[in-house]
Amino acid sequence: MEVDQMQRQCLDYTKSLFLEGFLDGQFVQLQQLQDENNPDFVVEVVSLFFEDSERLLNDLTFALDQKSIDFKKVDAHVHQLKGSSSSIGAQRVKNCCIAFRNFCEEQNIDACLSCLQQVKQEYCHVKNKLETLIRLEQQIVAAGGSIPTMEF
Amino acid sequence: MKSSDAVSDQFPAGLRVLVVDDDPTCLMILEKMLRTCLYEVTKCNRAETALSLLRESKNGFDIVISDVHMPDMDGFKLLELIGLEMDLPVIMMSADDGKSVVMKGVTHGACDYLIKPVRIEALKNIWQHVVRKRKNEWKDTEQSGSAEEGDRQPKASDEADYSSSANEGSWRNSKKRRDEEDEAEERDDTSTLKKPRVVWSVELHQQFVAAVDQLGIDKAVPKKILELMNVPGLTRENVASHLQKYRLYLRRLNGVSQHQNNMNNSFLGPQEGTFGTISSINGIDLQTLAVAGQLPAQSLATLQAAGLGRSTAKAGVPMPIMDQRNLFSFENPRLRFGEGQQQHLSSSKPVNLLHGIPTNMEPKQLANLHHITTKGSFQDEVTSGIKGSGGFPSYDIFNELHHHKSHHDWDITNPGLTYNASQHANPLQEGLQQDNLQNAGQHLNPLLVDNSIRVKAERIPDASSQTNLFPEHYGQEDLMSALLKQQEGMGPAENEFEFDGYSLDNIPV
Repeated sequence: MEVDQMQRQCLDYTKSLFLEGFLDGQFVQLQQLQDENNPDFVVEVVSLFFEDSERLLNDLTFALDQKSIDFKKVDAHVHQLKGSSSSIGAQRVKNCCIAFRNFCEEQNIDACLSCLQQVKQEYCHVKNKLETLIRLEQQIVAAGGSIPTMEF
Repeated sequence: MKSSDAVSDQFPAGLRVLVVDDDPTCLMILEKMLRTCLYEVTKCNRAETALSLLRESKNGFDIVISDVHMPDMDGFKLLELIGLEMDLPVIMMSADDGKSVVMKGVTHGACDYLIKPVRIEALKNIWQHVVRKRKNEWKDTEQSGSAEEGDRQPKASDEADYSSSANEGSWRNSKKRRDEEDEAEERDDTSTLKKPRVVWSVELHQQFVAAVDQLGIDKAVPKKILELMNVPGLTRENVASHLQKYRLYLRRLNGVSQHQNNMNNSFLGPQEGTFGTISSINGIDLQTLAVAGQLPAQSLATLQAAGLGRSTAKAGVPMPIMDQRNLFSFENPRLRFGEGQQQHLSSSKPVNLLHGIPTNMEPKQLANLHHITTKGSFQDEVTSGIKGSGGFPSYDIFNELHHHKSHHDWDITNPGLTYNASQHANPLQEGLQQDNLQNAGQHLNPLLVDNSIRVKAERIPDASSQTNLFPEHYGQEDLMSALLKQQEGMGPAENEFEFDGYSLDNIPV
């Protein structure tokens, strides 16, 4: 595939992610922060996000698995996940967290468990999408092209 | 001073930021954003680490950005400690945008509150907090200075030359800046001013307390206290502001609730929160901390004195006319930096510390902001953070302006008017008529206190001991912009209220 074809594909893919709400403007901020000095910035941040989120999701699972649930703790975890997901622009995950926190406040165990499932799902989705995007971008770079930027 | 010039041109590049957040993703992003703003960034993910970094290198940072929720320490606690020990501007941030949390930031003395996800635009203007803080501290000192300009000790400004002849370094800086009016807008190095501060040392505080005791707390008025203390260079204003803090401290000791104080004392307004913080630090919490060994080697008294002394700078001063209501009328947009300012961009001389203030108006108004009789005060520790070597020019605009106004009781200094200053502050002089001063002074007060709120001056019940410093931590928005707006609508409001405030004392009538 030609570089420009790859670039078009990449751009289209990125656009779809925005349109479908997986990503929001904050992701664009990240992309804009990437430059020649930090050509891997987005990849690094996203990887960090994955690591961190997986840890948080585990903690959440554990916390909600307890006989006596410490909702403050659960809330703290969700709050953090909300913060990190919003920082990279993972919109759907963030939105899940917002709902999740409300249920934490209400101490609604069932709703919380359901939210946890949802958030895990959304996280998996966005993770896949981002990994795909990164792969596309890396292919472009490997072929000598530059990553196309989106105007948001 | 070439290097000074060069450095001042770079500002705010090189601003030394410490960012604290336990979220690694956010931390990484923030660091990158701050670097993109050309700031010097140090990041850490724990509050304790941040504190030790700050303690190790007292003047190594200009500003701190901290998350609210952290595992090892509450962000607000960190905020308090930083304010107490290092007196640096602190910006809080959180994904939480609830009003109460934001309010907490305000009452604890944060100079701003950023909602996550933080955009780079929000970070671009954080330097203004550094500048504002220094300006307030300086103004604080200035107000407390005696009437003799010459009193100012050389130490007051390491980088400025106090001699009456042109201050080489500062002069040239300011001249240069004036010459580059259009570019100078953001390149004001006021932030690097080393200003003499009245630091309430243990001895001084003890003298103060002795004087108060002698007079009896009810009869202890600043003027008498000042007389009793008989400390050269100390002014009634210094004493007044210290007295206010002391009163708060006493109240706290007596168990009066902080909140009550807030409500009861309109002039304390939201300041009380900060004072409360300081008071608590000064009073009970300090003791607790000391006992717990958490306080660094300082004695309780010293810390108390220092805390009281610093709180002025940190908290600004109780705003005489700001009452509790206004606190709640903060509008969110105002809390964001950079947003409000742009609208105020006006034409003319752009040499402003804070953008967009037509300098024609400024000299009077802003000069009055300072109400400074003189400098001749204690120089003690120059405010930390910005040293010449640290990438910031250390030029002291105020000192420079000083010279040219020596015959005035005032120090018409204004960070934003460097170029005016260089012209021997002529514009300032021209604009300064006695009545103007008076009026400006009068209606400046509300402006001072009103950062984002169009507060009309209200009569202060206890105006005699009012200090007139910037409610610095109200700086949720551009004070100057607010000022400007106020000016525009100010006309008849000028004489709306009378001030007994000592700030007027200094106005030669």
